[in-house]
Amino acid sequence: MIVSSVTTIVATGADVLPIVIFIFLFQTLVIRKPIPNFKRLLAGLGFVIVGLGLFLIGLEQALFPLGREMAAQLTSPEALVGSGTRDWTSYLWVYAFALAIGFATTIAEPALLAVSMKAHDVSGGAIHVWGLRVAVALGVAVGVALGTYRIITGMPLQYFIMAAYLVVVIQTILAPKLIIALAYDSGGVTTSTVTVPLITALGLGLAETIPGRSPLLDGFGLVAFASVFPIIAVLTYAQLSEQLDKRAARRRKIQERDDPILVEED
Amino acid sequence: MKKSLSIFWSHTKGSMRDLAPIVIVIAFFEFVVLRQVPDGLVGILLGVVLVVIGLTFFIYGLELALFPIGDALAVALAQKGSVFWLLIFAFSLGFGTTIAEPALTAIASEAGQIAADAGAIADDDEARDRYVLGLRLTVALSVGTALVLGVLRIIFGWSLPLMIISGYVLVVAMTAIAPADIIGVAYDSGGVTTSTVTVPLVTALGVGLASSLRDRNPMTDGFGLIAFASLTPMIFVMAYGGIIQWI
Repeated sequence: MIVSSVTTIVATGADVLPIVIFIFLFQTLVIRKPIPNFKRLLAGLGFVIVGLGLFLIGLEQALFPLGREMAAQLTSPEALVGSGTRDWTSYLWVYAFALAIGFATTIAEPALLAVSMKAHDVSGGAIHVWGLRVAVALGVAVGVALGTYRIITGMPLQYFIMAAYLVVVIQTILAPKLIIALAYDSGGVTTSTVTVPLITALGLGLAETIPGRSPLLDGFGLVAFASVFPIIAVLTYAQLSEQLDKRAARRRKIQERDDPILVEED
Repeated sequence: MKKSLSIFWSHTKGSMRDLAPIVIVIAFFEFVVLRQVPDGLVGILLGVVLVVIGLTFFIYGLELALFPIGDALAVALAQKGSVFWLLIFAFSLGFGTTIAEPALTAIASEAGQIAADAGAIADDDEARDRYVLGLRLTVALSVGTALVLGVLRIIFGWSLPLMIISGYVLVVAMTAIAPADIIGVAYDSGGVTTSTVTVPLVTALGVGLASSLRDRNPMTDGFGLIAFASLTPMIFVMAYGGIIQWI
């Protein structure tokens, strides 16, 4: 375990190192200014590497094997609901697992946390870290569940993705302008360290168990679902909070009219 | 010392809250649905502790290093006023972080097997390796291009929805003509390109650049780089699959 820990941390370091070297070279050769807070940055990078390393070890030790095993068990014929003829409703627990694991892994995704923190700062607190994360996680949950439904029924991937794109286009026209760039970004952010291995295991498990599915052709595609649906979810979140704000503003106005002395200036 | 310890403790509490849903979901399905106790419960709990500590360290380092670096570089490059170096930087950042991405390597080698099975390339090690390397270069090139496009958009204030939706239309059109066995791989390659280290750097770059340019809003203009980075791989990979088949 200790040996594997050290190897994982070294491997993480090897992944991060080229980026670091490149940035420092760029800083000294092109920008030609000393790096501010050099020691602090080095310490921070140390934390990033060790932290990401430990994170990955823990996932590999505990959560991934368990998640993969459960995905295999839930998709096996013994775990199916009901008896007799098997149709898409027999896979009830698979959908439930897809929903729950899509949501839970997204909440734990460090990249999403980073973007949410940035969005909170930049928007001056208008976007809540948890609101954004929960919206994205709900999007991934629905996306992964629909993706498993697609594998089970064998419908073509393209139709679902195209329909989802169409919804994104319509929402883009209607949603508040402020959120659109962030919403588009949230699609790519979600599918990272934690989510991809677990939902890929689910997809491959399903494609292996269901007759007529090829693991190589049908196992892919869940990640695509998990990338499109968060965009829809975040745009919906923005539209909903805009509606709520409007309603609150209207209520305030009514109160102000009833009691003009108490009007506060802000 | 005491202050930094209390900061650390609040980060740790945050990490525990972030990981609670996964633990709850796995425990529920394990004990209630599958009705079994997993082997090596102690090792699993130890792993969960490592995940919590790791996430805490990562978030701490993120605020200490990754965000400031991305920010400082964007500001310095904007002050320098050289679009050329900015684009060189954006391209290298995208290309460099993607070519080494482990998730991409994994997906590329599976895609190599698919292509060999489908008869698009010869089924031997050499042909497969060449195909896999080609695929990785294609995706890295696409992410480099994505960041260049994204940075140009921030500088000139082009419309993000227009660009992304045109990209989607292109994806849909290419899906209709691309070889069937490349489509799943292409769609998934869009999702794997943005790693945990790249995302904070790229986000800080975009937001930093938009805040240091006049007439640009960090909220509406600063975000969007990741969106480009998850869109272009789909287009490039489908083109790659098509070209390989035509040759």
